Amino acid sequence: MSGTWLGMPAFPRNAEAALGNSRLRANLRKATHTIRARRAAGVDEMPGWAKLRARGAAVKDAALRDLDKHLLRAEEAVTTAGGRVHWAADAAEANTIVTELVKATGHREVVKVKSMATQEIGLNEALAAEGITAYETDLAELIVQLGDDLPSHILVPAIHRGRAEIREIFRDRMAAWGRPAPDGLGDDPRALAEAARLHLRERFLASKVAVSGANFLVAETGTLVVLESEGNGRMCLTLPETLISVVGIEKIVPTWQDLAVFLELLPRSSTGERMNPYTSMWTGAAEGQEFHLVLLDNGRTGVLADEIGRQALRCIRCSACLNVCPVYERAGGHAYGSVYPGPIGAILTPQLRGTATPLDASLPYASSLCGACYDVCPVAIDIPEVLVHLRARVPHPPAERAGLAAAGWLLDRPGRLRAAQRLAGRLRGLVPRRRLPGPGAAWTDTRDVPPVPAESFRDWWRRTGGEDR
Amino acid sequence: MRVGLFVTCVNDTLFPETGKAVVTLLRRLGCEVDFPMAQTCCGQMHVNTGYRDEGVRLARGFLDVFAGYQAVVVPSGSCASMIREQYPKLAAGMGASRPGAFASAHGGRSPFARAVAEVTPRVYDLAEFLVDVLDRTDVGAYFPHRVTYHPTCHSLRGLRAGDRPLRLLRAVRGLELVPLAAADECCGFGGTFAVKNAAVSAAMCADKVANVLNTGAEVLCAADNSCLMHIGGTLARQRAGVRVMHLAEILAQTEDAR
Repeated sequence: MSGTWLGMPAFPRNAEAALGNSRLRANLRKATHTIRARRAAGVDEMPGWAKLRARGAAVKDAALRDLDKHLLRAEEAVTTAGGRVHWAADAAEANTIVTELVKATGHREVVKVKSMATQEIGLNEALAAEGITAYETDLAELIVQLGDDLPSHILVPAIHRGRAEIREIFRDRMAAWGRPAPDGLGDDPRALAEAARLHLRERFLASKVAVSGANFLVAETGTLVVLESEGNGRMCLTLPETLISVVGIEKIVPTWQDLAVFLELLPRSSTGERMNPYTSMWTGAAEGQEFHLVLLDNGRTGVLADEIGRQALRCIRCSACLNVCPVYERAGGHAYGSVYPGPIGAILTPQLRGTATPLDASLPYASSLCGACYDVCPVAIDIPEVLVHLRARVPHPPAERAGLAAAGWLLDRPGRLRAAQRLAGRLRGLVPRRRLPGPGAAWTDTRDVPPVPAESFRDWWRRTGGEDR
Repeated sequence: MRVGLFVTCVNDTLFPETGKAVVTLLRRLGCEVDFPMAQTCCGQMHVNTGYRDEGVRLARGFLDVFAGYQAVVVPSGSCASMIREQYPKLAAGMGASRPGAFASAHGGRSPFARAVAEVTPRVYDLAEFLVDVLDRTDVGAYFPHRVTYHPTCHSLRGLRAGDRPLRLLRAVRGLELVPLAAADECCGFGGTFAVKNAAVSAAMCADKVANVLNTGAEVLCAADNSCLMHIGGTLARQRAGVRVMHLAEILAQTEDAR
């Protein structure tokens, strides 16, 4: 997977291609099942999880209800603390702001903390177009960047890669980006991590400009919060002279007490850890540092206007829904054609990007509605409800529309249903069990058709009054 | 107790034996069973495929037909879940989408919302009705076979049916219940998902079938014939030698009959 999401076909075709990749299937199965089990253990040991989850949802809803006030309050606090706040309506505006800010420093290189918002707007590509190189410093993002690849998971962007592939990527590609991989590099995870550490350490020490996102923005003090596991974030946030943070407007939490709820919910949901290894918090500019906060809308206000769809804005990007999703586990993240894959991507992408492309219109259908995602969501986003809501909004294929209209017409009157059942009963000998024509072939490719009974239940009831078995 | 049987359009048309088994079972347990002929479909396929207006029309039909019953029994976890879990959301959504009408905020509800509130709390999946309403886990059944149980997503995570079906099966004489690995994972049916995303659906079913075969069971049981049509259709294609049976059909069997 290289290049771009643009022009990808609809989800079913992407998924079908991915299903044939046995290495991908094995990597995904192992990784999702491991994290899934860890999350379950981390949540099960926690008393009062259901209450905490309800509180998380309530806090986010309240924050979103008064989003305008909280954002202005945060802007004032950040400004007072020596930072500068920029407002970006869309991706292009955000990219321009960041590019100009980097240019103004005179430097051509930036280090990056793992950030979904900057992936969403395609910041790295926009910087590259202006001759600025962005270096990813999260281990998994580094693997994706070196491999000229695309992320396939929110928390673990290189989840589709096994260690043998990672070793090859490091061996072949590290030198082009900085310090080369050590000679004789093996595929032991320790050795791979050490190679990345050595490669990245030089980058941290040399960099003057950093770009981050944030997990949370505490409105009352204007404090930004980043949770991470590797320490690369801490390096990027503290070492460079200029720090630029691109933050979606829905990342607001009103108070520090509200933040506490998420510091418990997020690590357990995403990695199964009781607490994440590094939590960095900063307010405005540190001494000797220049700080810019870019507040990003990019479709979020539109989502907020949808009474059912807006719950997607509660998302704290934990990935629990991806790890538990049977569709994601088999199709992989690239099939969703967005930096937001899995169940949350299936409701977020069509809302943020619209449903004009075949891919985006197919995303609300990339689910069997099994409900596992809703059960694990730490902020109780009813993903199946939003999927069904969006399905009513996307354009429907004409053949499907005709088929469902016919079914609706039949089911609308008991007499019509009964006539159809009788016809089917009479023609039952003609129904092929193993090869249906037309769209029915999608069923019989892998499944037999059940035998059509000679008599429907309603005719049996009419004939016997339910007395005869 | 007078019970309205909502047999569901799928059972009515393709699996009448399940409906007959429910009638036998409920009568054996002392219920008066009524099958209102005006019933058709709960609307789940239409709503979940994105045809909300058609689905709501069918939902209205259901609510009209079953308005008067003390209890409505549905031998399908997903249809019961559609009615009890999704109808209220449809009602709320309809209020929300009307510009200028703050239906929920003002407490003024549409006729649809009123019917939903009145009828749906008395709608039960078969296992719920037996265990919660009739207070029975031993229904006097006899079925001397090795059986494994797939709980189905909408029973499990929609209705929160929990272990009720398992308690019913454990009380069946002669029945050996063997646990199914990864039982809570979706089989991949998902209504029109099975044809719209046929490849992923089949891949999910491959894993479900592998787990079923690992149990060594001769019968795979579930409380939803839609899921069983998908898993059973795959088992049949593979000539796997495992048959599928609706929960009602096992519970209806006694030592005397059949």
